[in-house]
Amino acid sequence: MAALTMHYTVDGNDFTLAGDCSSKVKKSLTQLGFDPATIRKVAIAMYEGEINMVIHANGGFIDVSIEPDKIVAVLNDHGPGIADINKAMQEGFSTASNKVRELGFGAGMGLPNMKKYSDEMNISTKIGEGTIVTLTFYTNKTNN
Amino acid sequence: MLLKDIIKLTDSKLLSGDENKEINGCYIGDLLSLAMSKVQKDNIWITIQSNINIVAVASLTEAGCIIICEGFDPDDGVVSRAKDENISILQSQLSAFEISKILVCNGF
Repeated sequence: MAALTMHYTVDGNDFTLAGDCSSKVKKSLTQLGFDPATIRKVAIAMYEGEINMVIHANGGFIDVSIEPDKIVAVLNDHGPGIADINKAMQEGFSTASNKVRELGFGAGMGLPNMKKYSDEMNISTKIGEGTIVTLTFYTNKTNN
Repeated sequence: MLLKDIIKLTDSKLLSGDENKEINGCYIGDLLSLAMSKVQKDNIWITIQSNINIVAVASLTEAGCIIICEGFDPDDGVVSRAKDENISILQSQLSAFEISKILVCNGF
């Protein structure tokens, strides 16, 4: 079976739309019959990624590929890049502004949650150029 | 417990959603990333956050309802977005502790 692919634009200026891509992917996965546990993992990790793209990188693109045995989400931004990935992976470490924190974000849980809820996470980042995060989820499909 | 019973017990106002649905379990917290990973399907999520992003978190986690506590008013657009997404939002003057105490004392 050929992979089903979806392409989304994340608007970096609009906090009110953050979560839209994750919601759309969640709906598609539900329609395709993926099991709720897999859908929840994908939704949480993608939402965190989407929020990161809005908070830190002025938006970007997300490409999702859905195959029977796995879902791959590639989050691509042209933000500032991540200076220290090890630090960024520590729970509680955040470079988010106070304004963002007041909204309930910036707790330093984004990347750790993305790693926790995906089966594989790969980060490719370059200062001044941007970041590409690839999330892979292996699936347990309940019906076809 | 039905949402309408929760509304009655906690003297909350229903801002959006269906009051006849069954609600189980509860998570209290204001950090959206934590809520994202902790709120389970059909849970009550009690928070003082009142910005539009709470609707996305409730939708993705399939929360049973959001209770905005301590009398905070939702920001503009929150209630209409919640109606579009079929998310129930209650507003309560009580604190998170008072709400949970009442619910637990009533067998929740």
